[in-house]
Amino acid sequence: MYVAAKGGEKAIANAHRFLAEKRRGNPQLPEMSVEQIREQLGLAVDRVMAEGSLYDRNLAALAVKQAQGDLVEAAFLLRAYRTTLPRFSPSPVVDTGSMRVLRRISAAYKDLPGGQVLGPTYDYSHRLLDFSLMEPEAFAANVVYLVDKMIALPSRIPRLTEIVGSDDLVETPQEEPDQDPPVPDITEEPLEFPASRSARLQALARGDEGFLLGLAYSAQRGFGFQGHPFVGEIRMGYVPVEVELPGEDVKVRIGSILVTECTMLSRAEETGGCPFGFVQGYGLVFGANERKAMAMALVDRALRSRELGEEVRYPAQDEEYVLRHCDNVESSGFVQHLKLPHYVDFQAELVHVRRRDVKKSQGADDQGPSSVGSAGEG
Amino acid sequence: MSRTPGLTVPNRSTEGGYARGGALKGLPGYNFAFLDEVTKRMIRRTLLKAVAIPGHQIPFASREMPLPYGWGTGGIQITASIIGPDDVLKVIDQGADDTTNAVSIRSFFRKTAGVATTTRTGEATVIQTRHRIPEQPLREDQILVYQVPIPEPLRFIEPREEECGKVHAWADYGIMYVKLYEDVARTGRIATTFDYPVVVNGRYVMSPSPIPKFDTPKMHRMPALQLFGAGREKRIYAVPPYTDVKPLDFEDVPFEIERWSRCCALCGATEHYLDEIVTDDVGGRRFVCSDSDACAQRRAKAARDLSGNS
Amino acid sequence: MAFSSESSNQAEWAAKEPVLRAVRLSHFYGQRVGCAGVSLDLWPGEVLGIVGESGSGKSTLLRCLSGWQEPSQGRVQIRREGEVLDLYALEESVRRRLLRTQIGVVFQRAEEGVRMRVSAGGNIGERLMAEGMRHYGRLRESARRWMERVELDPARLDDLPCTYSGGMLQRLQIAKNLVTEPRLLFLDEPTTGLDVSVQARLLDLLRRLVREMNLSVVMVTHDLAVARVLAHRLLVMMGGQVVEEGLMDRVLDDPQHPYTQLLVSSRLVA
Repeated sequence: MYVAAKGGEKAIANAHRFLAEKRRGNPQLPEMSVEQIREQLGLAVDRVMAEGSLYDRNLAALAVKQAQGDLVEAAFLLRAYRTTLPRFSPSPVVDTGSMRVLRRISAAYKDLPGGQVLGPTYDYSHRLLDFSLMEPEAFAANVVYLVDKMIALPSRIPRLTEIVGSDDLVETPQEEPDQDPPVPDITEEPLEFPASRSARLQALARGDEGFLLGLAYSAQRGFGFQGHPFVGEIRMGYVPVEVELPGEDVKVRIGSILVTECTMLSRAEETGGCPFGFVQGYGLVFGANERKAMAMALVDRALRSRELGEEVRYPAQDEEYVLRHCDNVESSGFVQHLKLPHYVDFQAELVHVRRRDVKKSQGADDQGPSSVGSAGEG
Repeated sequence: MSRTPGLTVPNRSTEGGYARGGALKGLPGYNFAFLDEVTKRMIRRTLLKAVAIPGHQIPFASREMPLPYGWGTGGIQITASIIGPDDVLKVIDQGADDTTNAVSIRSFFRKTAGVATTTRTGEATVIQTRHRIPEQPLREDQILVYQVPIPEPLRFIEPREEECGKVHAWADYGIMYVKLYEDVARTGRIATTFDYPVVVNGRYVMSPSPIPKFDTPKMHRMPALQLFGAGREKRIYAVPPYTDVKPLDFEDVPFEIERWSRCCALCGATEHYLDEIVTDDVGGRRFVCSDSDACAQRRAKAARDLSGNS
Repeated sequence: MAFSSESSNQAEWAAKEPVLRAVRLSHFYGQRVGCAGVSLDLWPGEVLGIVGESGSGKSTLLRCLSGWQEPSQGRVQIRREGEVLDLYALEESVRRRLLRTQIGVVFQRAEEGVRMRVSAGGNIGERLMAEGMRHYGRLRESARRWMERVELDPARLDDLPCTYSGGMLQRLQIAKNLVTEPRLLFLDEPTTGLDVSVQARLLDLLRRLVREMNLSVVMVTHDLAVARVLAHRLLVMMGGQVVEEGLMDRVLDDPQHPYTQLLVSSRLVA
């Protein structure tokens, strides 16, 4: 009876065995490989990379497999692994203008240099269940990838802000002055408030997609900044990553990563004294992750309210509220820690509550602390 | 950032620190006690600062751990940073060594650091705890590491970190007393039963972590070093040995602790914190020690005394 | 202008000893002007009324004067026991302490000044606790005494403010502010939104407390009738600037500035 209330090492080991069985499912069916997940559940892998804050498709796919497709759990696995990795150095800022784009659209301009490229999108698909996918197709030997048939795009497609940023119409991002280091790493330096914009963007980039989506939506519905946001530009594709060799002025390209970038434009409140017609909200996320990039850009815009002299009234505009609650490794851990035993604290409350009831029923004055336990003898 | 086409298991050599020379057991592919040495140094620097300013919360770059936030990651990071191969570790949750999370954390350190573990309070050099202080008084050569969920004692009065920072900086703690006043005005006494706010060294108001107020007096001038880690909230603080720790109260409504008129059903202790066990569905209750080691020691002593007498 | 104290020299300042002095206070919200270049002195025991329409900058001025809003330009000086303190040059901890011991602010919206989820007693005791009082019995005694003083029923000591009526809330705000016996009291439209009879009783109470405690008061109101009951001297504000200043009777009976004339006449019409 006493032991039953507490769990032992054996119980935990058994729980893990049970979990492994559930993960495998019906052993009659072939086991899914990490490569299959990487290739066929690409968007799940992308989300896990973004929220796990580590660009590694194989490890993210492994995390998805290990977590039985629970993407928040998978992101956690990836983060815990990331912790142990040695950090070499920050890369120079990636140039998304030199992105090899798979998709690039603007909702603000009908046409712009580089053109609109629809790319792989669900946007205009009819959401009808495709029953043909129930039957696995045979492997097509002579498949021709659409990517290879694409018309060659210019090697560098300028970003929207490069195109229209020359006048005061659209704000061009400024480097933050007097910051050391110029871009803080929120995994190396604790996030404190008020946070710099780059620290804020890092937190958002690894923030929970669902949480940011809800906040972005709330801002759009009036619980945030005033004025209609416009998608200045969304682009998705591969950007080269470089490192600087220490001691030498040489940059070496180490590979390229798939990212989604969103620039959201909106008016700033004129009373705030902002000199620009439109200000930016910015989103940049690992992988093909358009919903997240857009939500991030909207929340970034809402969080700029204080700096733009707008009234800060709603959660989406409140830096501490957003940044302290957007990380799903943190929030999931703390919400779920309520499952841990709290016997001791519950007992302390019980003693207090019982004593209150005794006091009420007896209508007596202070009974002194030693009478507390008698209430618990019932 | 490596992309390993063949999907090989990442092969990483262990770093320096304790693992140097390979004399120590640990988890293959990981450093001694999981954290890398750079992180450990960062945490130890934070600890030094925390000891220098008793009760003051020091922000630190908390790492993601392989255990979830809220499950003791702050305590684990501190333990990982201070533990050495000769240490003996005890981990308790709710006072007991055999609760699931205590078992899990203990096995984490056995696995990643290969250190000796114990359930005996007297034998441990490092004790990591959640929600209790052992009944047996601690010594100067022991360190007590607390797992802290919410390090900010003002959090439920003032949720904003920026504002809380000012309150602490200026020791402007009037608002804490407003809460105590309200408790007494409504219920006749202070309703806080655990995580009872304390003043450390006459300066900072501090959360003792959610220990029952029964344990709060044990913190006062404790010979052992007390370290507090909040992983998710990214704060570390400390109470150095023999430091004053006073619960907040009114001159005429003093702090008081829980007492039971019943004794432990297993060892007969009356001076231990007791857990309540529901024994049936018609209101049956038993009380047993929350500190499993103190309970076992007491039973062993009783058995010895009995055999000695006969 | 006559009311500008820029020209007054140090000797004059020492001899007359105003308790509060504002020097060329301006506050801007982005491009918009809150108040611009306002200078004023407040003398011991004096009630200074600031009148103007909404948007005239009077509430901004009050917030700057009372330590709640750092002005974009200018200084606010407060005299405490012979020394002159520059309110916004003080370290914030010292300023906060000064605010809760020397200054009281009663807001139009009681929620701004009262903790709605803390009992009346807790509200009144807050400043005392912040100042180090640690005796529960004495805290309650002070709170009870102050409830009587502002004509609230002491039996409601443990009730939450949300159960109080509008007039009672203003009394509670007053008690909460005066419990540390400050010398300066700021009133921001203290009677707006209350019934006429409730207003009259509240103004009576304020007049009595001002006399008994020798308070110096700055009161912002759009209601000239309220100003007439309480104020000794008036400032008239328009577009963030002071356009007229003088003794209350003189300004209301013989307004000089066209805007003041309009204000006074519109009141008569209304």
